[in-house]
Amino acid sequence: MISKTEITAKNEAFLRRITELSGVSITRCEQCGICSVACPLVSGMDISPAEMMRTVQLGQEEVTSTKTIWVCASCFTCTVRCPRGLDPSKVAEALRQIELRKAIDYMDISTIPAEEMRQLPQIALVSAFRKLTG
Amino acid sequence: MSEVSDGENERIGVYVCHCGGNISEVVDVEAVADFARDLPGVVLSRTNEHMCSELGQKQVAEDIAEHKLDRVVIAACSPQFHEKTFRTTLSKSGLNPFLLEMANIREQDSWVHHDEPEKATQKAKDLVAAAVAKARFDTPLDRRSIPIGKRVLVIGGGIAGIQASLNLGDAGFKVYLVEKEPSIGGKMAQLSRTFPTEDCSACILSPKMADVPANPNITLFTNSKVESVDGYLGNFSVKVKQKPTFVDPVKCLCCGACEEVCPVTAPDEFEAGLAQRKAIYVPYDFAVPHKYLIDEERCLRLKRGKDVCGLCIKACPHDAIDFNQKPRTQDFTVDTVIVATGYDTFDATKKKTYGYGRFENVVTALQMERMIVNSVQGKPLRKMGKRIAFVQCVGSRDEQVGNEYCSRICCMYATKMSQLLKRSDPSRDVYVFYTDLRAFGKGFEEYYKRAQDSGVKFVRGRPAELFEDPETKKILFKVEDTLSRQVIETEFDLVVLSTGLVPNPGTKPVAEMLKLAKSPDGFLQEAHPKFKPEDTLTEGVFLAGTVQGPKDIPDTVGQANAAALRAVRLMNQESYSMEPLMAFVDADSCDGCGLCVPACPSGAITLEAKKARINEALCKGCGSCTAWCPRDALDLHCYSNLQLAAQIEVALATKKKNQQRILVFADDMTAYRLADNVGTARMSYSADTRIIKIPSGSRVTPKLMLEAFSKGADGIFIGESEKKSSSYPHSLAEIERNVARVKEILTEAGIEPERIRFSQFVTVMLAGFVKQMNSLADFCAWSGSIPASKRKVVLKDLGEKLFARSGKESAQI
Repeated sequence: MISKTEITAKNEAFLRRITELSGVSITRCEQCGICSVACPLVSGMDISPAEMMRTVQLGQEEVTSTKTIWVCASCFTCTVRCPRGLDPSKVAEALRQIELRKAIDYMDISTIPAEEMRQLPQIALVSAFRKLTG
Repeated sequence: MSEVSDGENERIGVYVCHCGGNISEVVDVEAVADFARDLPGVVLSRTNEHMCSELGQKQVAEDIAEHKLDRVVIAACSPQFHEKTFRTTLSKSGLNPFLLEMANIREQDSWVHHDEPEKATQKAKDLVAAAVAKARFDTPLDRRSIPIGKRVLVIGGGIAGIQASLNLGDAGFKVYLVEKEPSIGGKMAQLSRTFPTEDCSACILSPKMADVPANPNITLFTNSKVESVDGYLGNFSVKVKQKPTFVDPVKCLCCGACEEVCPVTAPDEFEAGLAQRKAIYVPYDFAVPHKYLIDEERCLRLKRGKDVCGLCIKACPHDAIDFNQKPRTQDFTVDTVIVATGYDTFDATKKKTYGYGRFENVVTALQMERMIVNSVQGKPLRKMGKRIAFVQCVGSRDEQVGNEYCSRICCMYATKMSQLLKRSDPSRDVYVFYTDLRAFGKGFEEYYKRAQDSGVKFVRGRPAELFEDPETKKILFKVEDTLSRQVIETEFDLVVLSTGLVPNPGTKPVAEMLKLAKSPDGFLQEAHPKFKPEDTLTEGVFLAGTVQGPKDIPDTVGQANAAALRAVRLMNQESYSMEPLMAFVDADSCDGCGLCVPACPSGAITLEAKKARINEALCKGCGSCTAWCPRDALDLHCYSNLQLAAQIEVALATKKKNQQRILVFADDMTAYRLADNVGTARMSYSADTRIIKIPSGSRVTPKLMLEAFSKGADGIFIGESEKKSSSYPHSLAEIERNVARVKEILTEAGIEPERIRFSQFVTVMLAGFVKQMNSLADFCAWSGSIPASKRKVVLKDLGEKLFARSGKESAQI
């Protein structure tokens, strides 16, 4: 099935918002796909980093509900490889911000057993708080 | 050049044009003519329906004869339209053409102030008065004449240099062609076929190469470098250093006996390092000159001493080997120079993630060219395998390696080689991994289609990294097909890196010698991207081929032909005539301080017997030196100190109480024309502005600006060409320096420094110009008039304020 989509002024506003939040000139992405194949976590993503950039260029807000933006670990390999000097990981961060600002808790710290808590590396907890609590 | 006019006893005729209503419907032209009649030096003042018509011109000619006019002022359209016309009228009437001034009362008055006829008439009067004031100090000038001969230096013997040299040699010009390699031919000699016609590159190039030594007008220096070039158009003295080949070219018959015995091998440059050659070798079979030479860096005897080896001496049946040869230098003089130093291919080892140099099955495009040539000849250089991938944009469009630009040819050479490989063996899988496929040239799109028909697969996506299978040595990589949004994992026998073009390292010393500018991509900058793509800002020096930027063979040849023509255009005149716009020195005032010498970007000023001297052939007439002279000894013809001071004074003289005046200094090349364009578009801006034309913003010295403030200017605006398209790119820094200094002095005097502004323009920034004018006028209106007490202060101890510090600066230099 070919999916149909509409592009309206709303899309432009979303692109502007993400551009502002990320500080990345997203429309400059030429879709070479280098970020997608540089990304060490691409196999766990539902859309590739390059596709994420493309959907933001087109202003499609659905991108905020992809797995991709949460799988991104901000390792910056994409940033190091991008031939146009862009920073896709910052775009992913901006997209996460949109969701995080809704301040919804996806994780309740009290439900983690004390035993498990002791074994978890602190950085993993910090990361989990940042991504999963409002 | 004659003496500067004293501005007295002149007989000036003023003509105010109606322009068929274009001017007279807004400006009261009769009132302007009446006003002009009473100006000092004016003996007659008339109006005319159409000054540019034959009748108008006849009137001027008659008046010159009858009333013995010695200056003419025409108030009409912009000088860009009819200044030439009226200069010719003056010449025909026996008057020096530079005794003409024009007041621009159409584009810069009636067309912009159509809603304020009274103010427009006042402005027209001021503009006419300024033109009359300037005319009083007009000096009869001659166009500069530089003798020019028919000798040309061509640097670089690739296809661009060959094409330019052959054109010039055939046309009867004396050509010195200098090539640093042992053979001419350049990169084109190494290519397999040329896109999109698939001509054999060597077959079409070699006859041209052979024509070079056969042409009696061409002196060829191979294995040579240009050591120095000094001088200017019509008089460049050149020093060329030729390395020894250690083989007598007359005795050597190329029998090859020496090569057989030579024990030293080295990577063969012509085969892009894929084969070996000996230390004594012929560069390739169609090299010109086709003679053996010894590689100084590799030969045992040359490296270790004269008792070592010497096998070639014994082997040579013709006694041609001569280890006593020394480098030779040759000096000669030429009139013009063509720079055709070409390009280099991007060093693929710099793109570390692609593993070139580490992985044996990753090669460059140039290596693939050689592999294809040698396979066709039945002696393949190496195994290619069945699965071959081309990776595009290696070293181009990649900010990771610092190259933002597109190299223009890689899409098409990959299209070419991929289909040559596929057609010669259809069982091969050939892929091209690209981002954008640019098939812009004649026949290119059709050729791309042919590649697709042949079965080459084009995948839109570039790999980030290449990996080598340690066992099979195959190359593995991932790539996103950005069209189907799938990540592909794949394996190839051979990966070809489509390396881009970078500036040739040999260009750098040449550019320094000839004072040529670079564009941001590192290639050399043309004088104008549209109309002077072969010229440089150094008069008499031209660019041909990829030295100016990446291009394919047809474009290179086209530019080489054009560069030859541009050189001929100058050399075919026995003398070259230049506008008299140039600096001059008042020797009585000059005390030989020498501040101006390093200030001149063209090196046109020297000190001789403790006086500054201007080299007329080098001076480009920007006038930036005038700001450096503490004694006003440096001056500029057509825009002299006296003239500018008079124009400023007069433009401010009619200012009444509660009025304000903004002086706008507009550079001839851009800002003045932009102001004209604003008029043509019938836009409008503050009628308090008075525009004064200058060659470059750097001509407005701090002294002139401060004098203007002291005499009643409320604001000053300097409009200058955008740096990258300016004939005077150095001016920007000069203006910044001058304006900063004036701002300091204004601040000390308690005057708002925002009253002086400057901006870079291009001629299409109409709205920007209007905005800038109005913003300055609004600021001045808002700030109120400057009290007379403050105006007096600005000129106090001016010399000390301006030059005490610059003296220190020059001491630092």
